[in-house]
Amino acid sequence: MIMETVFKRTPTLKDCPTHYCPGCGHGIVHRLIAETVDELGIHGRTIGIAPVGCSVLAYDYLDVDMVEVAHGRAPAVATGMKRTNPDKIIFSYQGDGDLAAIGTGEIIHAAHRGEQITVIFINNAVFGMTGGQMAPTTVIGQVTATTQQGREVVGQGYPLQISELLAVLPGAIYVERCTVCNPAKIRKAKKAIKHAFELQAGGAQGLSLVEVLSPCPTYWRMTPAKAMEWIEKEMTKAFPLGRLKG
Amino acid sequence: MCGNEALAEAAIIAGLDAYFGYPITPQNEITAYMSRRMSEEGRGFVQSESELAAINMVFGASATGKRAMTSSSSPGISLMQEGLSYLAAAELPAVVVNVMRGGPGLGNIAPSQGDYFQATRGGGHGDYRTIVLGPSSVQELVESMPLAFDLADLYRMSVVVLADGILGQMMEPIVLNGGESDKRPKRKLPPKDWALTGAEGRKQNIVRSLWLKEGVLEELNCKLHAKYKQIQKDEVLCEQFEVEDAEIVVVAYGVAARIVRHVVNTARQDGIKAGWIRPITLWPFPAEQISKAAEDFKIFLTVEMSCGQMVEDVKLAVAGKAPVLFYGRPGGGVPTVDEVLDNIRQLTLPAKKG
Repeated sequence: MIMETVFKRTPTLKDCPTHYCPGCGHGIVHRLIAETVDELGIHGRTIGIAPVGCSVLAYDYLDVDMVEVAHGRAPAVATGMKRTNPDKIIFSYQGDGDLAAIGTGEIIHAAHRGEQITVIFINNAVFGMTGGQMAPTTVIGQVTATTQQGREVVGQGYPLQISELLAVLPGAIYVERCTVCNPAKIRKAKKAIKHAFELQAGGAQGLSLVEVLSPCPTYWRMTPAKAMEWIEKEMTKAFPLGRLKG
Repeated sequence: MCGNEALAEAAIIAGLDAYFGYPITPQNEITAYMSRRMSEEGRGFVQSESELAAINMVFGASATGKRAMTSSSSPGISLMQEGLSYLAAAELPAVVVNVMRGGPGLGNIAPSQGDYFQATRGGGHGDYRTIVLGPSSVQELVESMPLAFDLADLYRMSVVVLADGILGQMMEPIVLNGGESDKRPKRKLPPKDWALTGAEGRKQNIVRSLWLKEGVLEELNCKLHAKYKQIQKDEVLCEQFEVEDAEIVVVAYGVAARIVRHVVNTARQDGIKAGWIRPITLWPFPAEQISKAAEDFKIFLTVEMSCGQMVEDVKLAVAGKAPVLFYGRPGGGVPTVDEVLDNIRQLTLPAKKG
């Protein structure tokens, strides 16, 4: 029998066991970024920024130069990097606590200045690393460690649509929301991520951001399969998929 | 050129690649000057949205091996403490200028030395230090900049240039380009092989500050501590005047030291045996020099523009061998020559009678 390899690890993704929970979306998105870096041939000039959150150890999986930064400050760090290294491809990888809570100021102003950076924003509607507390992106009624009766509008507010917020800024040239909840959607997410990197590599004047609705079965208290279903049925109601800008 | 502009130009001459800053009085001339000159030079400049962002921009530029700095004044420096802690953990070089103003809180915009504790004790969370330079003239401010960048690169850590509103605002004649008065030997700096430049043809570089595995952080803390010990051995700078035969030694830094210089000259003319010690590096502190001076019984008087901060380091150095007294004015008050002189006269009076 002749064996043919039809699917293999892409070189920028390291060959190592994962620390992510079963059914977590980070691994998929890491792979999409690694594929993008390899397909665009930018491995030798890419610098990544890992956030505070579950993906703080992203450098254990992505084989590019990487820095780990203070909670929410990645867009400021990216600014410092890009302004002094315009030939490099700078991307930040940030969760919803990092980008939509503590780092709201930094992402808005990086977009506002039109920094030529790429932001991959993982929205899993919960703080994963600290034990499943409410995030600004937690949906109404969602049970978390700090919304034990379910998130209520009064006192806890609505899910923060940060991509819609950023899309109105002239400095943000490309904003798209996608998800990794099924193979077709993963392919679409890959296209979006690749486009965001291509824009920067091509010298486009502004910030590109891809929001990825990503499962957290552990703190959603669901099986991985159910979590994928929940994204499609529930989460996309609060966070409609699609290209918001560019 | 005022002190703020002079230090900015000195930083550019020292090879500054990028400046990031947020407006705050009394150091706005730095940001304004940088906005013009850095673009003329084709180097990086960003007026950031906050001091939090500014220090993290410094972090980013520094992580790629570039020379980066920020400047601010007291309340803004408080906001930067998170970044300073991360810079310390990641062992990234950075230069931070603090043109101190009155505090706590919003305080006022008058000159002060109220941030001595914050600067010399690390300032942010965790077990770390920053090198702190305390220049006392615009020329020295100018010379502090290349020194600060060299020390930052050599030891891979933050260097704080601790000025105040007077130094930042006043004009004095200066010699730029290092200055002929700067006789310090040029330092050989290590290559920045840790920098993030894209992993072309080499293994991935990672700059990080999270060390979860048991014992690893302890190891880093000990490594940092050993580095700090080395700095305390090699990098102390201080100036002294007529300490040998002095009955009273006045210790002061920065602008306060200029007042003290005048006070001591006048006291000597009056027949009072006075001398002064001026720490130039506030951390590492010239504890050895002060300890040596304390061996012959003397009175120490520390003069500061605060309620007394450096005086604690003087007491630690003197270690009970002699009395250590304090005179200071906080909140924008500047000690006058007469006020300090009166203190000296009162302290030396009983000795004279005897």
